[in-house]
Amino acid sequence: MARRSAPLLRRLLSSPPPLPGHGGGGARRTVTYMPRPGDGTPRPVTLIPGDGIGPLVTGAVQQVMEAMHAPLYFESYDVHGNMPAVPPAVIDSIRRNKVCLKGGLATPVGGGVSSLNMQLRKELDLYASLVNCANVPGLPTRHKNVDIVVIRENTEGEYSGLEHEVVPGVVESLKVITKFCSERIAKYAFEYAYLNNRKKVTAVHKANIMKLADGLFLESCREIAAKYPSIEYNEIIVDNCCMQLVSKPEQFDVMVTPNLYGNLVANTAAGLVGGTGVMPGGNVGQDHAIFEQGASAGNVGNDNLVEQQRANPVALLLSSAMMLRHLQFPSFADRLETAVKRVVEEGRYRTKDLGGDSTTQEVTDAVIANLA
Amino acid sequence: MALRRLLQGSVLPRMMGRSVGASFSTEAGETIRATLFPGDGIGPEIAESVKQVFKVAGVPIEWEEHYVGTEVDPRTESFLTWESLESVRRNKVGLKGPMATPIGKGHRSLNLTLRKELGLYANVRPCNSLPGYKTRYDDVNLVTIRENTEGEYSGLEHQVVRGVVESLKIITRQASLRVAEYAFHYAKTNGRERVSAIHKANIMRKTDGLFLKCCREVAEKYPEIIYEEVIIDNCCMTLVKNPGTFDVLVMPNLYGDIISDLCAGLIGGLGLTPSCNIGEGGICLAEAVHGSAPDISGKNLANPTALMLSAVMMLRHLQFNDQAERIHNAILQTIAEGKYRTADLGGKSSTSDYTKAVCDHI
Repeated sequence: MARRSAPLLRRLLSSPPPLPGHGGGGARRTVTYMPRPGDGTPRPVTLIPGDGIGPLVTGAVQQVMEAMHAPLYFESYDVHGNMPAVPPAVIDSIRRNKVCLKGGLATPVGGGVSSLNMQLRKELDLYASLVNCANVPGLPTRHKNVDIVVIRENTEGEYSGLEHEVVPGVVESLKVITKFCSERIAKYAFEYAYLNNRKKVTAVHKANIMKLADGLFLESCREIAAKYPSIEYNEIIVDNCCMQLVSKPEQFDVMVTPNLYGNLVANTAAGLVGGTGVMPGGNVGQDHAIFEQGASAGNVGNDNLVEQQRANPVALLLSSAMMLRHLQFPSFADRLETAVKRVVEEGRYRTKDLGGDSTTQEVTDAVIANLA
Repeated sequence: MALRRLLQGSVLPRMMGRSVGASFSTEAGETIRATLFPGDGIGPEIAESVKQVFKVAGVPIEWEEHYVGTEVDPRTESFLTWESLESVRRNKVGLKGPMATPIGKGHRSLNLTLRKELGLYANVRPCNSLPGYKTRYDDVNLVTIRENTEGEYSGLEHQVVRGVVESLKIITRQASLRVAEYAFHYAKTNGRERVSAIHKANIMRKTDGLFLKCCREVAEKYPEIIYEEVIIDNCCMTLVKNPGTFDVLVMPNLYGDIISDLCAGLIGGLGLTPSCNIGEGGICLAEAVHGSAPDISGKNLANPTALMLSAVMMLRHLQFNDQAERIHNAILQTIAEGKYRTADLGGKSSTSDYTKAVCDHI
């Protein structure tokens, strides 16, 4: 008992200034979280370190979780992007544990192998991908007041994988949009906005050209929007959306998109606030969730970073905080998030992408030292 | 270096072998006929600005003005008349203001009509930060080249069963080679060092794969130009973090649409972005890509910069390099000085005051 209250007391006495921003990172809580009996039992989580910088950043998460004595333990599996398929044991483990933390899997360009990331999403029906792009306090960027959540349909659209050569030199690719998938992603987006006190949902589309396909997507969004009168709903064409993102990003709140546009919008938004090294995210379906770096563009395969052990663990640490909250360990989530944000804000230990020259380990140690 | 290239501007190369029918002569005394579509809304005002500037700079161009009709022309299935299209085909060169397609059925969109009828296969947009006009990005100096005829914009869509819709993306070897060829040709004639092909071939292996294959084939013919391939999501992120890393970008239709607008956003919006469409047989149709802004039309408030810069691209295409240079510098100087700026750039000047300032700088 004494051991548990000591850090609490210390925190109350020193009372660091609460961090601004969403999620209420360091705010002192006035009402405690009352768990159900047994909620403190350690929970198994499937871990896929993956390729490239993956093992480095998942290693950082493991260390921090251990230092916090977080009530979870990892079942680690070796999966690599060049495998023909995700091993069944991994899928079974995720089905059992419901929650997975993933480092990142390389996707070979133009090879015969299909993307393992996509296989995981399809197999577990993780239909929503979520990236949270918000300014991290203390990190200088070109844009201020950015706090965007991109919710992307993850299973169909341009990523259907249906392609064929009609005659030599002419290739067709099918974009498939269904009412079912459009409706459930719209539902998820509005539910997310509602549960997180977000005020606006913006649907991104190109229905002026793809009248039927993106038209169906919009129609579904409008139907769901009608059920949430307290949340503002608007629509924006994808090219204009990207232009607005780079000039006035503060106008956006929650964005809901078909597959490909979401990929682009999320990466653009991530670029605005510091890049993929700091953006948390994950994929979620009815029964399972995989947490990973929010936007992964070009990050997995950076051999240089791996060699020098200088990959940025911040994104995956923040994703892990999302995971802790998802597992209903809110206080652990807050502590982790506060510690990570404090390290970034202090600025002494930052990796190269944030203008510093620290190694992954140095950042991880700093986070552990800042745990309240 | 970058500034010098900016001031020199860009030469729009005509494709070799395609411009047989379009032999331009720039000898003194000869006038060139060009088609002008002033367009709707603010179009006529900003077109007037261009005419004034051309007059002051002594550009020997005679405009053939064409307006969008009030009735659908059955020969084009659009409000654009056959005569207008013939005019562009004959002159091989044109300038177009913003056009608003009237809502309704039974006719094609105006832009689509132009694209299809004139075979405009490549859209070229140079994006340069304007010296003196502060945005969050001041190191942008890139050119986007977009395939304009196929890809996701094929218009082929159908409902498979209720609630399931398919849309076809078509990539052909012919169209991909054509746009790649133009991109490398452009890079070479404009002293650019690098061409980046933007794709998503890790997911769309066959379609985007074919596009990449064509780009690689063309790249081999231009060993002096560096060729690289960038996945579109990574491209988006790099553009907003560090746009200075890109030079010439070539891409399929949808990606081009998105990236070119994103780049326009970097330098201050569509009101400052010139654009030019390259068509079969050496046609060059320069255009302002912004909207017709009906809310400020007729109020002498519109910003004519985009149309002026597009007109400069047209002049370079005609190899009126001297006049193009002078007009371009005059525009840059006027904006850099900041005394005469229109409302969208945070100034108070009217269209005519701004135009006069540009004319004075020539």
